[in-house]
Amino acid sequence: MSASSAFNDEKGGSSSVAEPEYGHDPASGGIFSSDYKRHDDLKEMLDSNKDSLKLEAMKRIVAMIARGKNASDLFPAVVKNVACKNIEVKKLVYVYLVRYAEEQQDLALLSISTFQRGLKDPNQLIRASALRVLSSIRVTIIVPIMMLAIKEAASDMSPYVRKTAAHAIPKLYSLDPEQKDQLIEVIEKLLADKTTLVAGSVVMAFEEVCPERIDLIHKNYRKLCNLLIDVEEWGQVVIINMLTRYARTQFLNPNMNESLLEEGNSGEKTFYGSDEDEDEDEEEKEKKAEAAAMAKRKPYVMDPDHRLLLRNTKPLLQSRNAAVVMAVAQLYFHLAPKAEVGVIAKALVRLLRSHSEVQYVVLQNVATMTIKRRGMFEPYLKSFYIRSTDPTQIKILKLEVLTNLANETNISTILREFQTYIKSMDKDFVAATIQAIGRCATNIGEVRDTCLNGLVQLLSNRDELVVAESVVVIKKLLQMQPEKHSDIIKHMAKLTDNIQVPMARASILWLIGEYCEHVPKIAPDVLRKMAKSFTNEEDIVKLQIINLAAKLYLTNSKQTKLLTQYVLNLAKYDQNYDIRDRARFIRQLIVPTEKSGALSKYAKKLFLALKPAPVLESPFKDRDHFQLGSLSHLLNAKAGGYQELPDWPEAAPDPSVRNVEVKESVPEWTKCSSREKRKEKKVEKPFYSDSEGESGPTESADSESDSASGSESGSGSEESGSGSESEESEEGSESEEEEEDEEEKDKKKKKKELKKPVQETESEQSSEEEERKHERKHERKAKPRKSDSESESEEEEEDSESESSQSESEESESETEIKKKKKAAESKPPSKPDKKENKKEKTEMSLLDLDDFEPAPSPQVTPVNTFLSNSLVTDLEGLSLSDTVLSPATISPSSALKNYELLHRITGEGLSVEYCFSRQPFSPDANMVAVQMHFTNNATSDTKNLHMEDVKLQSGMRVKEFPEIELLPAGETTTAVMGIDFCDSTQAANFQLCTHTRKFFVSIQPPVGELMRPFFMTENEFRKEQGQLMGMNEITEKLTLDAKCRNEHAIVQRVTTAANLSRVPCGSDKECRFAGRTVTSSSLVLVTVATKEEGAAQLTVNCEKMVIGTMLVKDILLALTQ
Amino acid sequence: MIHSLFLINHTGDIFLEKHWKSVISRSVCDYFFEAKEKAGDPENVPPVLQTPHHYLITIYRGKLFLLSVIQTEVPPLFVIEFLHRVADTFQDYFGECSEGVIKDNVVTVYELLEEMLDNGFPLATESNVLKEMIKPPNILRSVVNTLTGSSNVGDTLPTGQLSNIPWRRAGVKYTNNEAYFDVIEEIDAILDKSGTTVFAEIQGVIEACVRLTGMPDLTLSFMNPRLLDDVSFHPCVRFKRWEAERVLSFIPPDGNFTLMTYHVSSQNLVAIPVYVKQSISFFESGSCGRLDITLGPKQTMGKMVEGLTVTIHMPKTVLSANLTATQGNYTYDLATKVLVWDIGKLNPQKLPNLKGSLSVQAGAPKPEENPSLNIGLKIQQLAISGLKVSRLDMYGEKYKPFKGVKYVTKAGKFQVRT
Repeated sequence: MSASSAFNDEKGGSSSVAEPEYGHDPASGGIFSSDYKRHDDLKEMLDSNKDSLKLEAMKRIVAMIARGKNASDLFPAVVKNVACKNIEVKKLVYVYLVRYAEEQQDLALLSISTFQRGLKDPNQLIRASALRVLSSIRVTIIVPIMMLAIKEAASDMSPYVRKTAAHAIPKLYSLDPEQKDQLIEVIEKLLADKTTLVAGSVVMAFEEVCPERIDLIHKNYRKLCNLLIDVEEWGQVVIINMLTRYARTQFLNPNMNESLLEEGNSGEKTFYGSDEDEDEDEEEKEKKAEAAAMAKRKPYVMDPDHRLLLRNTKPLLQSRNAAVVMAVAQLYFHLAPKAEVGVIAKALVRLLRSHSEVQYVVLQNVATMTIKRRGMFEPYLKSFYIRSTDPTQIKILKLEVLTNLANETNISTILREFQTYIKSMDKDFVAATIQAIGRCATNIGEVRDTCLNGLVQLLSNRDELVVAESVVVIKKLLQMQPEKHSDIIKHMAKLTDNIQVPMARASILWLIGEYCEHVPKIAPDVLRKMAKSFTNEEDIVKLQIINLAAKLYLTNSKQTKLLTQYVLNLAKYDQNYDIRDRARFIRQLIVPTEKSGALSKYAKKLFLALKPAPVLESPFKDRDHFQLGSLSHLLNAKAGGYQELPDWPEAAPDPSVRNVEVKESVPEWTKCSSREKRKEKKVEKPFYSDSEGESGPTESADSESDSASGSESGSGSEESGSGSESEESEEGSESEEEEEDEEEKDKKKKKKELKKPVQETESEQSSEEEERKHERKHERKAKPRKSDSESESEEEEEDSESESSQSESEESESETEIKKKKKAAESKPPSKPDKKENKKEKTEMSLLDLDDFEPAPSPQVTPVNTFLSNSLVTDLEGLSLSDTVLSPATISPSSALKNYELLHRITGEGLSVEYCFSRQPFSPDANMVAVQMHFTNNATSDTKNLHMEDVKLQSGMRVKEFPEIELLPAGETTTAVMGIDFCDSTQAANFQLCTHTRKFFVSIQPPVGELMRPFFMTENEFRKEQGQLMGMNEITEKLTLDAKCRNEHAIVQRVTTAANLSRVPCGSDKECRFAGRTVTSSSLVLVTVATKEEGAAQLTVNCEKMVIGTMLVKDILLALTQ
Repeated sequence: MIHSLFLINHTGDIFLEKHWKSVISRSVCDYFFEAKEKAGDPENVPPVLQTPHHYLITIYRGKLFLLSVIQTEVPPLFVIEFLHRVADTFQDYFGECSEGVIKDNVVTVYELLEEMLDNGFPLATESNVLKEMIKPPNILRSVVNTLTGSSNVGDTLPTGQLSNIPWRRAGVKYTNNEAYFDVIEEIDAILDKSGTTVFAEIQGVIEACVRLTGMPDLTLSFMNPRLLDDVSFHPCVRFKRWEAERVLSFIPPDGNFTLMTYHVSSQNLVAIPVYVKQSISFFESGSCGRLDITLGPKQTMGKMVEGLTVTIHMPKTVLSANLTATQGNYTYDLATKVLVWDIGKLNPQKLPNLKGSLSVQAGAPKPEENPSLNIGLKIQQLAISGLKVSRLDMYGEKYKPFKGVKYVTKAGKFQVRT
């Protein structure tokens, strides 16, 4: 081998352009001497000053390595060049180092300092490559250095370096498994990373180092699901496989009810995915029955996180990467409800067009799937038809799939297909086809006779292999109903003259022996012939001859006694000990002697017992206990490092573990905000995400650092936060007034948490449509400044947010009722009057608070605030002060005024801040929008000197800061009002909220409806103004009103909730008109809602500012239709 | 994951090895050679082999085996797909993936492999990123390199890896901005002896060649996107947009790439462009056979059928063929027993015919099955499914690109059973 490879080297070398040295190195010198000489001049070249010579030398050395030649003696000469300036030389030295460092540990240490220096380089790519090589050198001594480097790199600001760190983890682990605990810490940290670049690599590290620590995934689960589409394809495969396992431990079986039902009907093992053993004891069965009963009582509801996973992986079925498609397919197969698994079939069938290796793997998996879910692939039956040009292994797998797919309806087409296959020149394939026919025949009773006849015809085939295979299959089929087919047995007896394939001969002999009573005349004759040729037969045939002899002796000893004796005598001296043994055993058993034991009485029973017909099973049966798509599944044997796919849990573990309170890592990020970092971060903004709300968390890495923590949670958590607020507050007061016990409340909370992600995503989807329009524009802009791009994204977020906010706030009393019912299905809804009171309380509370800071509010035309009644204020004043224990959300002002979260109590370390647009004129400056802020100190210590700083605004925007709050004692709540001139745009105002100890980045984004104030006008004025705002300034939309919003009152309420407008009197009862002016530029905003039959309506907005008009239409539309 | 890679030529020589973890002796390939021996045809070597300590996953491309050594559980498709990506990269770099070019460019190959995997896990597989790091060889550069001593490793550090659009390199500049799209459809069909269609479907692919400056954002829309039943996309395509509007919106990679592949819904009847009249028969005695094949146009949508070929894998016992073709010429390869009739354009007035006798090995039994015919054909300016690109819009850049769409229909796995 070595000589031949050396020869190849010479050949390859001389033909290679890159290596002219072979030319002037005559081969006559012999391999060893030339090697020696070559290495000498290589050393010389490496020592020279010229980069070009070094490069040449390194190229030759790498070529040697590539051919598997030993170049280790050059180590000292090469390692010197590790610090070479030339990038290519450096790279090649790295290649060399990684290859030989393990063998030359001491010398390799010389290079370490270079890499350590590289780890500190300002360029992220150099840092990354230094870490990469350092971690690839398998030298045990440097383990501590590696550990340190990995830890440092894991908190590097460049995501690319962090990715490299994730790659280094398994390397270090394989070098020194003792480091596992420390590495797990690093993995945990990197798992929290929000960039797509890191996600795939760190999950890979997780899988290699600590796949059992499933608990590390909880907090990152949703993030991983959401990031998935942006992760590079290889990472996707790893993440999907890991999440499959995760989901199996955390969620309930979606097919629970169904499979249990099936279990009851057909005796089949259908407990989905469970690979229970046959010897499952009764106890367990009982348990299952119990579970079944339980399941029947309680309808299955899919965990929203489970749904999230299924939804976010589905688009990846369209990936060009077969591995990704397969990964999604197995995920669906193992996790999806039965009704949804079907979607994967199409994608898998598509893969059959790919390279033959891909086909091979896919077909194996399809074969397993078709056993469990035949219906899924039935429509694609023809895609599995075989072409004569397919490689044999593919043909056989396709055959397997076709056989699995066969049922009563399609069997005739399949058999017709099989008929053409039988004529194939590929005999292995023909044999497999015959087997397949046999299996179809056993599985489908209707065609058994047809198949048998067909197979019998094959017995006259010229090809012996075909005949032999047919015999074997016929034997199996005959066993099912032998009495009908004695003529076939006779026919087969004749075949013994010609057929030579041992397996077939053995099968025939067995058949004749087994059914000798059906062919009493022929059987002894066959034995006679066999006895003649006994010595020349194969072992397997000999054994069957002995069997046949024994059976005949028992049934027809008169004719066959001597023959049997003869055969047994021959066997006695056979070379094979099995045959000798068998002969001895049978002789003892059947030939009555004086010494024969009790057994011989039962000889007939032993030999001629009724044998159960064989079940022709697919070799792929029960393979699905391996995770599909895995190596283990393919080999049908557990491969090293394979992680078992766990069974579904009987009861779902606590889903709240996946809830993520606002990112704890915020402070860490805010610390480093160097310019370089920003630049680096900007790049990592995921590609798809700008179109999708889902990617909120992805983006957060940017915004957290330099804008505001508020905006970071923009599309995701804020929405959900506000969504739940009102509920929370309701609950709070419920507990107060009805004195619900704590437990029930907890339960409800959990319910809510469960529900939250669904809401989130729903609103995401709805907003996606609109955002898409913006999307292109956003992408086109080259994003000249950071702030610019940021505000863009914020605008988008704001868009979606405002929509949802309206949908939340618009809800009327009765609606909340219904919503609540939906959310807390079981828990008893609180009585209506109570809630009404609550609502009022809150409104007044806020107004009351406002009074403290503001001069008396000017009278409002807005109907929203008309139900204000001062009589209650006093009653509730005390209440609000006493319930300090309640969550801050309880102090939300009203359902009409929507509360937004500015600072979550976790991010704010106890301080929570909410704000609402109070819709009061801001007295210091009429062009500003009043923002009312509620501060709650949930911490145990006092907060001092609350004020704002470092206001970052878009040009033209202004802010009037709220007066500094000197002291906010622990547990107390206070309110302040600030004014912001948004310049009639929905750009956010970013600023820092400072306490005596901390600073928090926050941002306030107004919904478009808050950028205007009511304006009173008469009907005539309205008409006149409207007439002037035609054409481009008029936007008309048709809509269907929500069922609960068909009366005038409801419409007025919803519109005024969505936008700060006043109603304009109108003569017609089919029309509602509203008017307002924008706060800054006082541009008129006119809204008309004209109702028609059956809830149809038309919305018209006239506004000089087209952007505002468009956004307002969207908002109002949403408010009216939901 | 992937431990080592061996490149093996069809005669069984290992001519390149690369290890990403510790070195594994090349003797591990012996298990593969054994399997190869057993399988006979290289296509029949099982792609996944189990040895006592390792697993071997192999692909066969261009008369080469790419054999990877695995030690632990890994999705086999992951490795197979990656190996094909490696072969694609070689093809992209050197024009072909063959033993010769790999040996000639062994250093570049090694550098590529080094970048593509880190510790066995794929690192950079996008051609645009790789090309930034390691420049593909060309004659001019190699001349310059030898004169100036400069290298083919990029001087600038690649930034593509860091971007969220990893498939596109930064700072692309062209004087002529052009975007070409080839809609290529293949008809996969099985026709039975009588000419009726047993199974037919259309598989399509859109190959793009985009050379545009800057960061163009393209939108490609179809007249009749409903035709597309199943699609798969290059990662650059925004899937949500497709779901909602059925348009392809993407920032393209630079250069050639496969934008999408699709499958036309099987509900639609597939037009079969040609019909075949054939009779192949072998006689029980006299050790000879007769062959008579005529092709004619069927549903060609008024277009010219070109590049018509018929390939027949003859039974092993057929020794030679003595035929006359009215059009084109035929070859019969004695070693592989493959008869190829290259017809060229199909003339509807004068149908091409191939007729004559086959001589069969004396004494051998009459072949059981008649060989099936594989038809190759090409129709320019036609997508047989009727798919049409309606428009291509570009956003994000100011200039006007030159745009072009070409349609071709080919025969894919088009087989006539006899």
